[in-house]
Amino acid sequence: MAEPSSFQNSIIYLDGVTVDYDGFKALNHLTFMVDYKELRVVIGPNGAGKTTLLDVICGKTKPAAGRVVFGQDKELTGKHADEIVKLGIGRKFQAPSIYGNLTVWENLDLSLKRSSKGVFPTLFGKSTAEERARIEENLETIGLKDYAHTRAGSLSHGQKQWLEIGMVILQDPSLLLVDEPVAGMTDKETEQTGQLLQSLAEKHAIIVIEHDMEFVRQIARIVTVLHEGTVICEGTVEKVQADARVREIYLGRQKVAH
Amino acid sequence: MSDGTTDTNRSGGLGFAVVGAILLVVMPLLNLLPPEDSWFHLSDFSLNRFGKFLAFAILALGLDLIWGYTGILSLGQGVFFGLGAYCMGMHMMLTIGKESVYGSDMPDFMVWNQVKELPFFWKPFYSFPAAVIGALLVPMAFALVFGFFAFRSRIKGVYFAIITQALALAAWLVFNRNDTNLGGTNGLTDFKQVLGYRLSEPGTQRALYVITVLCLGASYLLCQWIIRSRAGRVLVAVRDSEKRVVFSGYTPANYKLFVFVVSAGLAGLAGLLYAPQVGIITPAQIGVLPSLEMVIWVAVGGRGSLAGAVIGAVSVNYGRSVLTNYFPELWPFMLGGLFVLVVLLFPDGMVGMIRKGKDLLTRRKAGEEKPIVPNQKVVVPEGKR
Repeated sequence: MAEPSSFQNSIIYLDGVTVDYDGFKALNHLTFMVDYKELRVVIGPNGAGKTTLLDVICGKTKPAAGRVVFGQDKELTGKHADEIVKLGIGRKFQAPSIYGNLTVWENLDLSLKRSSKGVFPTLFGKSTAEERARIEENLETIGLKDYAHTRAGSLSHGQKQWLEIGMVILQDPSLLLVDEPVAGMTDKETEQTGQLLQSLAEKHAIIVIEHDMEFVRQIARIVTVLHEGTVICEGTVEKVQADARVREIYLGRQKVAH
Repeated sequence: MSDGTTDTNRSGGLGFAVVGAILLVVMPLLNLLPPEDSWFHLSDFSLNRFGKFLAFAILALGLDLIWGYTGILSLGQGVFFGLGAYCMGMHMMLTIGKESVYGSDMPDFMVWNQVKELPFFWKPFYSFPAAVIGALLVPMAFALVFGFFAFRSRIKGVYFAIITQALALAAWLVFNRNDTNLGGTNGLTDFKQVLGYRLSEPGTQRALYVITVLCLGASYLLCQWIIRSRAGRVLVAVRDSEKRVVFSGYTPANYKLFVFVVSAGLAGLAGLLYAPQVGIITPAQIGVLPSLEMVIWVAVGGRGSLAGAVIGAVSVNYGRSVLTNYFPELWPFMLGGLFVLVVLLFPDGMVGMIRKGKDLLTRRKAGEEKPIVPNQKVVVPEGKR
């Protein structure tokens, strides 16, 4: 096999993926991989292709070329979003996308992984004690224990983001895609979100897209820098920040708080 | 689950029992027992008219399920209502027999149109069970096929509303044609009996009224059961964030199809009960305008609340029958005005107004000690972001 050795250990592997929006290459022959139980942060200026990267992995956008492999051998290219969810990839959207008219508990209950999510099993389904215990535990993890029966629409912005992360975790994904989780959060909420993601990384592989460099420094082990649809640098935060090209295209434009 | 839910369950159960007892026992007794000149007497006409409103309420429940809970506006419910009513109407036409004006076994309009032989699709309706089952299954099957293509093609929002309105127009045109052999513009009428019971007898009408109440109760419980199941919460989730529903592993199109078919079945049931009580079904009752009116019933009562749908259907139709007596030309304007008023001022309808009033009262009682949301912590922003 001509594959690189690290491919054997990766949970997600993108091989030469190109996404073309009417001539604009959102991703340009991108090769990218993430290991099992890794917390990877992807940064890059606006239009670098960060969100498109997540869209390709979760099946929302179809690549014009290249392939996406999940786990050892699961080909994702050409699969529908709902099939990919069932394989074990969860997605947290940039703007909180929760069910505002349901309670926090109901939000989590709907998201819980179940053997069937068809109309009739769902119509007749009853929660088991084990399922309720999982939801309780999840409420603890995301810090919303006191809000179980609050209407989700009346939560604060930060709490909504945590709720959505909680909903994604309950699908039991082996890979978690998280798009700008701390945008619009207070400093304290940002810090708590960082801790939450780090604790989750013990069980799941996570890809986080982020703009906020302070937050990146808090959580990142390895950072990937995207620019114009390709990876231009990958490594520790220090290595990335020291890289001349990164400074030029990304850090140079955005003042980094020290 | 939560304490709040059990509370509403209990008061909801009590309300259901009280309203059920009034509709099922008190109203027929008021019709039967007091002498006709008594204040308490409910005339045969009033009871029969109320039975019609309650049949409409069954349809409103289904419409609320799809529009209020799932957020899909269907402007074609009149079609499903019509299919149910025509199925029942065909059976009653065939049981007229030689009593008809022309004294033929064929329905009068066929004699008039010189149709020599009963069309094949009329034949199953000699049987009463076939007519009842047809009144439910024909609209459901039709919704299944139509909905399958519409939802699979991801037609949603205003496009779904328009396409169902087109369906209502098409159905109206088809039912109006004499070649369709469904009585054309005049529809089906001059019914004499159901299962041997004369429709002109007050007793028969009283029985039909009671059956309608029972069907309404059963439909209400069915809808409530759906809403309270996990699938019911998926329906609300589809309205709130369809994207998240997909990423939670559900297929929204299947849930939409399910609720569309259920609403069509309830509309068919409403039509089935309407035809013998009103004694006529014509294309004018199933087209674009009636379908729009049905939406207004639910909007006025309060969408997203099953009780609201029932209250809306009954009160708007009551208002209609009273006002059309005095100002027949003004009714369309009043109906339109009512709709605009509700949409602008009371988006949750009559039920929403009652709820708001209650909230206001309890808050005034509790003073400022109780926050609206229990345990809501105040997040103080620390530093700029």
